[in-house]
Amino acid sequence: MIYVLAIFLPLVGATIAGLFGHWLKDKGAQIVTCGGLLLSATFSVIILNEVALKGEPQTIQIFSWIISGGFEVDWSLRFDTLTAVMLVVVTVVSCAVHFYSIGYMHHDPSVPRFFAYLSLFTFFMLMLVTANNFLQLFFGWEGVGLASYLLIGFWYEKPSANAAAIKAFLVNRVGDFGFALGILGVFLMYGSIDFDTVFNATPGKAAATMEFLGGTWHALTVLCLLLFIGAMGKSAQLGLHTWLPDAMEGPTPVSALIHAATMVTAGVFMVARLSPMFEYAPFALDVVCVVGASTAFFAATVGLVQNDIKRVIAYSTCSQLGYMFFACGVSAYAAGVFHLFTHAFFKALLFLGAGSVIHAMSSEQDMRHMGGIWSHIKLTYAMMWIGSLALAGLPFFAGFYSKDMVLEAAFAADSGVGFYAFWMGIIAAVMTAFYSWRLLFMTFHGEPRADEKTMAHVHESPKVMTIPLIVLSLGALFAGYIGYDAFVGTGMNEFWGKAIFVLPTNTAIIDAHHVPLWVKLLPIFVGLIGIGLAYYMYIMRTDMPAKVAAKCWKLYLFLYNKWYFDELYDKLFVQPANYIGRGLWKEGDGTLIDGLGPDGVASLVRNLAGRVSQLQSGYVYHYAFAMLIGVAGLVTLYLYTLG
Amino acid sequence: MSDFPVLSLVTFLPLVGAIAILIIPNRDEALAARNARWTALWTSLFTFFLSLVLYTGFDRKSAAFQFVEKSTWIESFGINYHMGVDGISVLFVLLSTLLTPICVLASWDAIKTRVKEYMIAFLVLETLMVGMFCALDFVLFYIFFEGVLIPMFLIIGVWGGQRRVYAAFKFFLYTLTGSVLMLLAILAIYLQAGTTDVPTLLKYTLPANIQTWLWLAFFASFAVKVPMWPVHTWLPDAHVEAPTAGSVILAGVLLKMGAYGFLRFSVPMLPIASDFFTPLVFGLSIVAVIYTSLVALVQLDMKKLIAYSSVAHMGFVTLGIFTFNQQGVTGAIYQMLSHGIVSAALFLCVGVIYDRMHTREIDRYGGLVERMPKYAFFFMVFMLASVGLPGTSGFVGEILVLVGLFQVSTWVATLAATGVILGAAYMLWLYRRVVFGKLTKDELKSILDMNGREIAVFMPLLILTIYMGVYPAPFLEIIEVSVANLVDQHKTAMTAIEALSVAGQ
Repeated sequence: MIYVLAIFLPLVGATIAGLFGHWLKDKGAQIVTCGGLLLSATFSVIILNEVALKGEPQTIQIFSWIISGGFEVDWSLRFDTLTAVMLVVVTVVSCAVHFYSIGYMHHDPSVPRFFAYLSLFTFFMLMLVTANNFLQLFFGWEGVGLASYLLIGFWYEKPSANAAAIKAFLVNRVGDFGFALGILGVFLMYGSIDFDTVFNATPGKAAATMEFLGGTWHALTVLCLLLFIGAMGKSAQLGLHTWLPDAMEGPTPVSALIHAATMVTAGVFMVARLSPMFEYAPFALDVVCVVGASTAFFAATVGLVQNDIKRVIAYSTCSQLGYMFFACGVSAYAAGVFHLFTHAFFKALLFLGAGSVIHAMSSEQDMRHMGGIWSHIKLTYAMMWIGSLALAGLPFFAGFYSKDMVLEAAFAADSGVGFYAFWMGIIAAVMTAFYSWRLLFMTFHGEPRADEKTMAHVHESPKVMTIPLIVLSLGALFAGYIGYDAFVGTGMNEFWGKAIFVLPTNTAIIDAHHVPLWVKLLPIFVGLIGIGLAYYMYIMRTDMPAKVAAKCWKLYLFLYNKWYFDELYDKLFVQPANYIGRGLWKEGDGTLIDGLGPDGVASLVRNLAGRVSQLQSGYVYHYAFAMLIGVAGLVTLYLYTLG
Repeated sequence: MSDFPVLSLVTFLPLVGAIAILIIPNRDEALAARNARWTALWTSLFTFFLSLVLYTGFDRKSAAFQFVEKSTWIESFGINYHMGVDGISVLFVLLSTLLTPICVLASWDAIKTRVKEYMIAFLVLETLMVGMFCALDFVLFYIFFEGVLIPMFLIIGVWGGQRRVYAAFKFFLYTLTGSVLMLLAILAIYLQAGTTDVPTLLKYTLPANIQTWLWLAFFASFAVKVPMWPVHTWLPDAHVEAPTAGSVILAGVLLKMGAYGFLRFSVPMLPIASDFFTPLVFGLSIVAVIYTSLVALVQLDMKKLIAYSSVAHMGFVTLGIFTFNQQGVTGAIYQMLSHGIVSAALFLCVGVIYDRMHTREIDRYGGLVERMPKYAFFFMVFMLASVGLPGTSGFVGEILVLVGLFQVSTWVATLAATGVILGAAYMLWLYRRVVFGKLTKDELKSILDMNGREIAVFMPLLILTIYMGVYPAPFLEIIEVSVANLVDQHKTAMTAIEALSVAGQ
């Protein structure tokens, strides 16, 4: 019972708050949604205990969804370790964000709507992680996309927010396009889209081929790559990442929940969930690895030069998602999910901390207008330190355990893509540390750069906001230490059970424990270098950043403009679509079809009628004559076809 | 139950209502208008509840025609008054009877002139639509099929917008060209098979060389009705000029007639030709999906945009039908039902603000959510259903069609799926420009949110959209057996042909 309740309570809360928010007022809506989430989070912890620690996975059928011929899909909830871990991540972070939002959004005129959206998002996310077949996964997948669209565009008066919301939905649709084709392919190959049926049949399909777009390919490679396109869209991987930074237009709690901790990790979850398929598609795994590693590097470079506090963290998220993917790409799914788990806490913490800063600074987000505020908001300052230390992977913080594991696994994979991922990851780690402390120093230290009115107003956030921060900081401090054994250590096999499948020949995750010492130490070392560099440039020699930017202005502009991806896509897709659309409408429909068709016929008839009337022979005769010719023609045709 | 002529009742009850309105005295115009409205509403509501018998009494295990009525009509030609429904047609009857009362309600305040005549036109239209889906005799079908044009033509031409005459003629010209050819085809079939009885013809095998010509003749008629590219240009104009309820019926039911024709006649009676022309249908449909989506992207008129989106959605339907497999055909039917509800609702959404501001230009709106949160909510749900979001009715049809297509051709499936991306683009863009943004225009500052009557119009559609998306099983169950029968028949016919050609070699 609690299994079902844990999933559906957020939906109940969302519906009540959404439809009756007008009568419930702000308070009522908050009680309903926060209460629902609190219960849901409690149940999730119980579920984790039963499913993962006691090892009792289960599946609950709800009712049938689509049945047509052999295409049979049920609504059902699957609870195994992977699901349970995600459940805890989602509900705990969501719960913290819900409470935080009570404080953060209290000035807003449409509080019930906000809470309804948040809970709705949580529901879709839970449907996503409990899916027992591809289609329900897709349901949750698009559902979270919808919630993300609604929340990014929450402040609907802002044109930039609307644009960002549409962009997020559309870029995700591009990914979903691949995902949907993948589902169709799975059905064609397996005759079913149930996870268990498909996974059990996969070893038998290891060598199967399929026709796709005119060629014959290794079936599992095609399927996995198509599905991975979906993952790339949702998890903002290189090429389909452009929506994530723009998504920061949404309220900051949304960025913390959706665009850092939960939704964007759905792609990683998907690859881990489908590990029984990816394991038999080595090329697809290599692609996952290369895309992940490249994204880790790319996003970190862009993060170096951004000035919007939220955008820095957004690129950091993008980069960290890359880490998770390349872990999956070397078959170290457990390491990827472990990093997902710890990242959820410290990244949500960083975002909510940033929100607290923004709250204190009267909605200022540009770090160039901050500085010198650490003594005014000490608690937030401490929280940001904890988050950054965890992100940079310094010893004994959460990120230390997971990030090192990811890098060690990449190294231990002992393959070309593995080394590529390892070194990209190391370089990205330097940059991660650099931009994290750049953020800290620019935001909290130095001379205040805000005007006096704002500075006078700087204040610590209320308790309802700081307590969620403290809860998350506990995760950022201890999640790695507590989870290590179970997720990737000695208790690994027992913990995961059948939730993650790795071929016995893919041993990266086991070998990761036996890498040379320098591999283990290197991430810490480069992290310290990054911090030192940031200290040097932003505390000691504050004239340096401008000088460097001036000296390498080409590189600086390239990074500052995010490698010109948006401009490229605009030229490549958006403008041509509008241009072609207008052309087809005016020329295609207007001139060509209507011109030759109805309008042409009409004017022709008018013309003819004019002439005919001049002949004074009367319509009836002409009609009769025309009909005669017509009948004659048809009879001829009829005879012709018979003969 | 067997003797109770429920189909005839459902078909002709609206006509009775129309006659009742006709004899309402015209002395006091306001009173006459009120009486006409109420009579039309009660008649159509009663018809709808009566038609529910078809849903509850339908035998889901049988592919045969049910609720059959048959009596001699024109004896010398062997033409019968033959009515009946199967899993393919029964839900369309329900769709028609559901949408008519909604149309009457939606026109309640919007129509101020010639109310009596307007309501009569709608009730007659209902009779013809329902009759069309029930007819099991070719001649009877033809009469209903073409008869539908007349009230629709009048609704656009009399109660339409400024360019209503142009639109009405364009509509008439297109559809009439097609129907003449269909009449010839029916004659040819009669000469060949000696009957116009549909169930008999479904078992009759027409020679292959004639099939091609007949198929093309049918195609000319059905393709215009669907409408398929490139004979679609009447639709945007007709929609733009039609009154709101006219658009609702046009999009909701009339667009389904062409595709229904393919399913009922072209595919089962002309299997060889259908198979032969599949590439043509796929080609045109793919063009329709991509081309009209791109065109929809740049529209300035709300109704035009939704009209173009209809063409794209119907492209999915024709794709699904010509897969000749269970998922594809089922998906096509489901997509039609869903589109019937969703596009009808979208046109109603346009109607709501058109009634207030008397413009359909997208640029004249913006920021409506501020004054009209209820409206924004309803519009949002239908917009998402049109985009095919999982959990709404739009998704089920779309995914089934794609599943069907992928088994036939990965190319076609891939191209069709791009329509899903474009579809999201134009709908979100429309919604953003109309509903979101800052409310800056002075004339919008006093706009009122939806009233009780309007909510009553939308509520059933909203519930159906979600219900059909979350729990489509009861509807799919009705469709299942009849489609399986259709698919089997097609397979049998094709294997027979192959065997023949092998023997010929």
